[in-house]
Amino acid sequence: MNKIFEKGGKLYFLHSTVDAFETFLRVPPTVTRKGAHIRDAVDLKRIIILALIAVVPTAIFGMWNVGFQHDLADASVNMNVLQEFWYGLLKVLPLYIVSYVVGLFIEFGTAQIRGEEVNEGFLMTGFLIPLIVPVDVPLWMLAVAVAFATIFGKEVFGGTGMNIWNPALLTRAFLFFSYPNDMSGANGWISLKGCGQLVDGFTGATPLAIATDGMDALTNAGAQYSTSFWTMFWGGVPGAVGETSTIAILLGAILIIWTGVGSWKTMISSVAGALFIGGLANLLGASDIPCYYHLVMGGFAFGTVFMATDPVTSAQTETGKYIYGFFIGAMCVIIRLFNPGYAEGMMLAILLGNTFAPLIDTCVTSCHIKARNRKVVVR
Amino acid sequence: MSETIRLKKGLNVPVKGDAECRLSKTVLPGIVAVQPSDFKGLLPRLLVKEGDKVLAGSPVLSDKKNPQILVCAPASGTVKEIVRGEKRKLLAVLIQTEDQQQYVEFNPGKIEEIDGAQVKEAMLSAGVWPWIIQRPYGIIADPAVTPKAIFISAFDSAPLSADADYAFEGEKKNLQAGIDALAKIAKVHVSFNAKTAAKSPLAGVKNAETHFFEGKHPAGNVGVQISNIDPIMKGETVWTVSLTGLCAIGKLFNSGKYDACRKVAVAGPKAIMPSYICTLPGMPMSYIKPWTGSDAEGIRIVSGNILSGTNVGMDGYLGFFDNCITIIGEGTEAELFGWIRPIRYKQFSTDHCYFSWLMPWRKYDMDTNLHGGPRAFLVSDSYYAKVLPMDIYPLFLVKACLAGDIDKMEKFGIYEVLPEDLALCEFVDPSKNNIQDIISKGIDLMLKEMA
Repeated sequence: MNKIFEKGGKLYFLHSTVDAFETFLRVPPTVTRKGAHIRDAVDLKRIIILALIAVVPTAIFGMWNVGFQHDLADASVNMNVLQEFWYGLLKVLPLYIVSYVVGLFIEFGTAQIRGEEVNEGFLMTGFLIPLIVPVDVPLWMLAVAVAFATIFGKEVFGGTGMNIWNPALLTRAFLFFSYPNDMSGANGWISLKGCGQLVDGFTGATPLAIATDGMDALTNAGAQYSTSFWTMFWGGVPGAVGETSTIAILLGAILIIWTGVGSWKTMISSVAGALFIGGLANLLGASDIPCYYHLVMGGFAFGTVFMATDPVTSAQTETGKYIYGFFIGAMCVIIRLFNPGYAEGMMLAILLGNTFAPLIDTCVTSCHIKARNRKVVVR
Repeated sequence: MSETIRLKKGLNVPVKGDAECRLSKTVLPGIVAVQPSDFKGLLPRLLVKEGDKVLAGSPVLSDKKNPQILVCAPASGTVKEIVRGEKRKLLAVLIQTEDQQQYVEFNPGKIEEIDGAQVKEAMLSAGVWPWIIQRPYGIIADPAVTPKAIFISAFDSAPLSADADYAFEGEKKNLQAGIDALAKIAKVHVSFNAKTAAKSPLAGVKNAETHFFEGKHPAGNVGVQISNIDPIMKGETVWTVSLTGLCAIGKLFNSGKYDACRKVAVAGPKAIMPSYICTLPGMPMSYIKPWTGSDAEGIRIVSGNILSGTNVGMDGYLGFFDNCITIIGEGTEAELFGWIRPIRYKQFSTDHCYFSWLMPWRKYDMDTNLHGGPRAFLVSDSYYAKVLPMDIYPLFLVKACLAGDIDKMEKFGIYEVLPEDLALCEFVDPSKNNIQDIISKGIDLMLKEMA
């Protein structure tokens, strides 16, 4: 690093920024000073970049789906696959630019104020945010929401690693509670800008919103898109940009589990929790949506694989991860089925799970330590 | 009780440069150093002046809190220099050795005929007491306390550490005498490596309960063994002795001499022909020049093992407790696009983000590069627990130490660990925190608060 960026140099205020770019390009020549003289080659950059790669299939599919849904909705155009992707790319790219510019600006600024190195955490957060918001969200709203989530969701707690809630989800929560008119119901999920004439029977609602009226409503929606289980599984339905395709999400899940970046325990138990409550509701007649539908509708799969497994905000203990995952899955379906105002439950379920994660850990560790002490005394 | 305890957690760091079981030379250093910093918890009082004549076994330092505890000269000669640092802190006492070694003659009495109190007295006066390390906290044991038990690990599992079976070959009589003496004070537990127990110099040991361990490092750490045999609870005290110390204690009772001589492994990826030397503690590192080559630029010399030893440099001395010197290269080279390359063939990582875990047979030429920058803890507790075969939550303990929360430190097992037990957690940490340092500060806080 050039001397002027070091302490006492003229451009010291850019220290963290320069360091961030420098270490991005090459592993710094820092050597161990204390403790173990050799260290594992892995670092957070590697872990986060792999998590990010796991989301890439979802992002690419999401971009194409934006164009595909536009194509379905607009009677006056007929696009091929590449045109659909191009349309979606142009729609989603501004979301990415806003998300990264606003978030990284705050991240670099706070790192500089604290005199620390820039943490890689926002690379992941910034990549997830555009995928969980409606595609037609006004960019200024997104900017405000990202700024809120980064500052009040993360930096005030001390930065990445110290935050209580998943910052990407906080962004979405901020949007939904601050600007409900633009976010909920049938608005915003399908990009309609530049749309000539809407097709007959057009609906802007997502399958999840339609399903609040029961299975009949879902099957006979008569929307311009198919509402069958398989369509929802492969993802050709409207929704937030990245959440629709369960197949693309499963591809990411494979990478995340293989590399151990996210916990399979959280994922499995979240699915179990959703099936349990969904199944219970089927048995008791509270809902006629088959429980497995919940796994492919809305943001359940995306949240389970990419959000709930965030190691910072999830439960830390292995037993805790089962409880935490189950809680999220169950809570998601409970909110979906028994809350009349708001169709999607995943975001709130995960934020609630984040809130309770430290409590779950405290219970798990306390129980474990008590049991162990008892065993030792007996021996 | 001879059932094998299988530890599934742990990691053998595949670093190149294991020492060949061959004694390449015996060194009587021209100068030996007695360093108070080797002994945690010792408040040194100097007992000699420059120019004084000392014999091997003459007291050099005593503890201000507990004047019975003596640190003795490992060799005979004259006190050449007393090295002090800032605020006149005592750093080392340098002793110019003489060719003909003379020993103080002790008369500890026959082991069969003396009792525990006499064993303690003999050990204290001959300067072998500092070998007894007390847990919790890893400080020199307080002679007034009677421990619950005494634990000895008969093998070292740390990467590149001395092979105990070779290093203590032929010392069977001394080791057994040491155990016989300690058994007068409290019950002795000896833990063997299940795979090589038959070859161990302690095989067939008497007067002690034996245990067998199977698993990767840190299975050889005495702390891990205690935790799996009989965990330390609040208010309990146990003692531990290394094999080197046990040998010195045994020699005292067998021959009446203080003899700290030991075989030391000189190993490491940058060591030329890694092998063993026979030497005394406090040996200047300049004696290992043949292993580093003439150009020692960019080389780190570690007294102790590569995970928890001390960087002493070419001007440093072999630590009192160490029987291993590790020579590694300084990783001061910046690696272009390091972390983003799909495969880094030359780097080892246990994380599945790389592929080296698929090639368990390979050994790596590791250096001291940190491979990243310090960050807040991000990955969860189990990431660290994978390499710690103890029934505790390492990350919770580390965070409690960072917060200085005594209650939580107690709850999460500060009494059971020493920094060396969490060395592997530090090795694997992707956030590059100095976990051993955090634990060590936590222990210091406990010592201060509990005093």
